Amino acid sequence: MTVYSEKRQSLWLESWHRLRKNKAAVLGLVILVFLLFVAIFADVIAPFDFRTQNLNAVFVKPNATHWFGTDNFGRDIFSRVVYGSRISLQIGFIAVGIALLIGGFIGAVSGYFGGIFDILFMRLVDVMLAVPTILLAISIVAVLGPGITNLMIAVGVSSVPSYARIVRANVMSIKQMQYIEAARAMGSTNFRIILKHVIPNTLAPVIVQSTIGVAGAILSAAGLGFIGLGIQPPNPEWGSMLNAGRHFIRDHPHLTTYPGLAIMITILSLNLLGDGLRDVLDPKLKE
Amino acid sequence: MIKYIFRRILLVIPVMIGVSFLVFTMIHFTPGDPVITILGETASQESIDQLREELGLNDPFLVQYFTYVRNIVVDQDLGRSYVTNRPVASEIISRYPNTLKLALLGVLVSISIGIPLGIISAVKQYTWIDNVAMFFALIGVSMPIFWQGILLIILFSVTLRILPSSGFNTWQQMILPALTLGTGSAAIVARMTRSSMLEVYRQDYIRTARSKGLGEFTVVVRHALRNTLIPVVTIIGLQFGFLLGGAIVTETIFSIPGVGRLMVDAIRQRDMLIVQGGVLVIAFTFSLINLFVDIMYAFLDPKIRAQYK
Repeated sequence: MTVYSEKRQSLWLESWHRLRKNKAAVLGLVILVFLLFVAIFADVIAPFDFRTQNLNAVFVKPNATHWFGTDNFGRDIFSRVVYGSRISLQIGFIAVGIALLIGGFIGAVSGYFGGIFDILFMRLVDVMLAVPTILLAISIVAVLGPGITNLMIAVGVSSVPSYARIVRANVMSIKQMQYIEAARAMGSTNFRIILKHVIPNTLAPVIVQSTIGVAGAILSAAGLGFIGLGIQPPNPEWGSMLNAGRHFIRDHPHLTTYPGLAIMITILSLNLLGDGLRDVLDPKLKE
Repeated sequence: MIKYIFRRILLVIPVMIGVSFLVFTMIHFTPGDPVITILGETASQESIDQLREELGLNDPFLVQYFTYVRNIVVDQDLGRSYVTNRPVASEIISRYPNTLKLALLGVLVSISIGIPLGIISAVKQYTWIDNVAMFFALIGVSMPIFWQGILLIILFSVTLRILPSSGFNTWQQMILPALTLGTGSAAIVARMTRSSMLEVYRQDYIRTARSKGLGEFTVVVRHALRNTLIPVVTIIGLQFGFLLGGAIVTETIFSIPGVGRLMVDAIRQRDMLIVQGGVLVIAFTFSLINLFVDIMYAFLDPKIRAQYK
């Protein structure tokens, strides 16, 4: 047992060493950690409250006091972008958590037990895949109504199919392995086999998918915010900030520049890290 | 081949039944009474009860679902808008060409930028051309389309004043929306084409072609490209779904009267039959595109054709 866990540890350690050599992935990780830091310490970093309006200082161009300028209500854009990181990252991670939990369960049960479970779940997945992800998210928001929790559920549930498929495919190949047969021969229950052997061995592709998935979830949430169905004002979600700012782009493009940059940098960091992780953890998928 | 195509067409039916059931169930259990949406908060109980009966809202859930499906199949009737009382089908049909045109233009941009970029990157692997192309592809993948749309408007409509920022009637009006929608997808297609091409490049038959003394151009076009395209076609098919979704956002940026814009407005007004109809029509379009892609796939990949000989 000790040998087994040491081996496992060294495998992860080796992956980490390989990831460290990938400069782009390290850059992605550094940016992501920085963004997480900003999100956690938003109260300390933001010089102004994100709601405070100052009608004497509307549309101020970026300067020493207001680094990113102010919006049409005189609110400090830098502070709103900083607080926005908290909302966007939270939605990204929790939505992926929801997708992973439901999709992982569906994929594991379908792949491991096959038969009627597989047929039923996979037809459900086919049906969900027939609706474009953002449209599925829009429909769920239409049903649940706006709000951060509903947005997380909408974005999470709409990405369930991709996780279900990946986990199912991996579980199906792992199921054929001799060590699973050995575990069964030793009298392990299905539940124990899934928990102890199948899930740990599907982690690599799931981690890769999740990293890129967080990027997708943040983009979906921002897209919903942009069309007015996401986080409602005055909460500073980056997509809704872009939507509010686009009415003033002729004279005050800075209203859209910074939330746009923030989304792009976040997505870029997750994509860089995701690409690196894929090369390290999932050589089969290597581009 | 005919057998394969026939089987594939039959697969669309259960998926569409599933989509209609899923969407109908979701909308059915949405909080809020459609009768109140139609008649307003001040309506009398009598008129509320009467309309409920007329719309069949007192019937059991499954009866309502089967009536809805029957009306679609037999009369192409998707119900009437709660707000305008116009038929949902005609509301959608009048806007559908714009959404489809937008998505198709997006695919056109995606293919015409993505595939050449991916091929050049693969052929010139690890040179500066490859690095620059893949850097832009990475930026393209990470750029939210709604921000890109705004940046294109700032550059081409506000600063240079050479292209209009709204509408969708003339070809000039179509350029910015198509670019906005297609470039992100082009980046994904470029990355996929590059990796697929590199995979094909390692194959023995490419070495054989080269050793026969063929020029690099012939090797790429005659031998590598066809096999490279097989996975790329799948990605383009998947991208179409992404582009249909993206069209909703693009329609918002450029004020294009399309199905997406119609649905977003309907959600705000709680006009749920429009939302339901919109999802069905877009899902049906996506299923047909996937069907087309699978058939294309069979034409490109002799292995699939052989299975059904």
